[in-house]
Amino acid sequence: MTAPVIEAIDAVMFLGRGASRFEALKSVSVAIAGGELTLLMGPSGSGKTTLLSMLGCMLTPSSGTVRVRDHSTAGAKPEELAKLRRDHIGFVFQSYHLFPTLTAIDNVRLALDVRSENSEQAKQKASDALAMVGLAHKAKSYPRELSSGQQQRVAIARAVIGNPSTILADEPTAALDAENGRIVMSMLARIAQDPTRGVLVVTHDPRIVPFADRVVYIEDGRIVGEERGVADFKHEAMQSQGS
Amino acid sequence: MSLAYKLAFRNLFHDRLRLIATVIGIVFSIVLVTIQLGLYVSFQRMVTVMIDHTKADLWIVPRGSKFFEDSALLDEHERFRALSVDGVAEAVPVVIGFASWRAPSGGTAPVFIIGSDTRDEGLRPWNLIAGSLESLAVPGAVAIDRSYFDRLEASRIGERAEISDQRVEVVAITSGIRSFTTTPYVFTSLDRARSFTGTAANKGSYFLVRVLQGANVTDVRDRMRARLTNAEVLTPDEFRRRSTNFWLFGTGAGAALFTGAVLAMIVGTAIVAQTLYSSTKDHLHEFATLRAIGSSGAYIHKVIIIQALLSAAIGFCIAAGFGWLVVKITADTALPVVMTLPMTAILLLLTVVMCVLSAALAIVKVMRIDPVIVFTR
Repeated sequence: MTAPVIEAIDAVMFLGRGASRFEALKSVSVAIAGGELTLLMGPSGSGKTTLLSMLGCMLTPSSGTVRVRDHSTAGAKPEELAKLRRDHIGFVFQSYHLFPTLTAIDNVRLALDVRSENSEQAKQKASDALAMVGLAHKAKSYPRELSSGQQQRVAIARAVIGNPSTILADEPTAALDAENGRIVMSMLARIAQDPTRGVLVVTHDPRIVPFADRVVYIEDGRIVGEERGVADFKHEAMQSQGS
Repeated sequence: MSLAYKLAFRNLFHDRLRLIATVIGIVFSIVLVTIQLGLYVSFQRMVTVMIDHTKADLWIVPRGSKFFEDSALLDEHERFRALSVDGVAEAVPVVIGFASWRAPSGGTAPVFIIGSDTRDEGLRPWNLIAGSLESLAVPGAVAIDRSYFDRLEASRIGERAEISDQRVEVVAITSGIRSFTTTPYVFTSLDRARSFTGTAANKGSYFLVRVLQGANVTDVRDRMRARLTNAEVLTPDEFRRRSTNFWLFGTGAGAALFTGAVLAMIVGTAIVAQTLYSSTKDHLHEFATLRAIGSSGAYIHKVIIIQALLSAAIGFCIAAGFGWLVVKITADTALPVVMTLPMTAILLLLTVVMCVLSAALAIVKVMRIDPVIVFTR
């Protein structure tokens, strides 16, 4: 384990206004380290997505601190938060969020384009990223021409192409069958082998636990437990995917 | 090239129906503005058409004359006073006035008579498409414009009619000399104009002054102003400005045309804004994804503005085609829509401004997106 790539320290998050205002996160402290795949598990409404949004610099905590590398998000303006996301975070979403009017390679390249990288080299990088997820042959395909599993793999390629220090994945296997779920998790686990990169996966799916180095449990807006040692199963799980 | 262009292009062409609605909105608005501005320019030209085509350094006009057709009568004494001013080479009389044209069928129409010495270059018909200027010296000879063939029931050289119960014959035909009052202009000699309009031989509507070669026009004008007490002395520019101001601003005609153009712009902007806004709303999750993956506000603005500019380009090209058609169709009518190169450039600029303004609403909507919504679907 290396130094945290993202961490929340005593983070409190209030959501809603007036009578509907509630405390979604209650003094949460959690750190995501490089070279580690962390699962965040908990029942619906426990605060998983809020924590993910906060760690992903989409929300800033009502109190407490969130640090991305050495940068605190406290008081950051929307453009500054966008820059933090651009420089340090890659996202994988449950419903992929690919652009239906762009080909697979352009969807991947978009993550570089928003960083003003649009040279021939960027195209090559996108091509390499697609090859990494085993979809080099689908570069010219549109999302509608890809299976769910393939779409999620394109989304993974998009998340990693900017070389972020953290990958945040929101239920990445929820819309996939077991086989594709395993393929996707295997890829995320492989990405997490890089000691400079941490991966946090929010999930309900107990089948993906064997891919994790660590499982953090959240309930009612609090971290209620943490489990390590699941990595014993990880080698076996990844081997079953031929990695 | 940045993917922003591709994304904007694809977003726009992804929903063809919406694109068609947007383009129709732009085309409708720009064609409307084209017509309003075209009429305005046409009107402006017509108001000063006689002043523009008169070879005079200075105009002696009755005091208080507001425009060319608004002429009272000047006494010949003013002309002699003018001729006595240092630097004046000549002062040519012009007689104008309304009269009645009677066709051989018995039909009548009001006409506006313009008479000047046919040997002089003062105010003679131009754009001749048939006949000759020399023929105007023949007794009873007149020149008419082809725009008014129907009104005058005359369409050929040699056709006969009566003006103020005197026989006339068409000896010359012009093209494009239209009156903003829609009353046909009829050119004739000075004497016959006096006869048709009942003007005494010692009177004139205007005296067209030419200064001696090398003389300073402004100095001559100032000397004439000091000498002529019952008339005004104007440069062509002054007379042009006075006519334009009266018709376009004094009567409210210009304001009406401008209001029409502004309304057309507002309607067009509203239509484009609405369609761009609704298109943006449809792609909200995509914009939220862009925001989530770290796109700057500027990048998103770029995508939306490119969409707006693409719409503007398509809309303008089609509108320009329609505009050209309107210009062609109205070219020979009494009120042609005029289109000039600077006007086309202005319209292009207006289209772009309209579309970019329309995009502002969509941009405001997108910038309010909470990227967190990417986790909710």
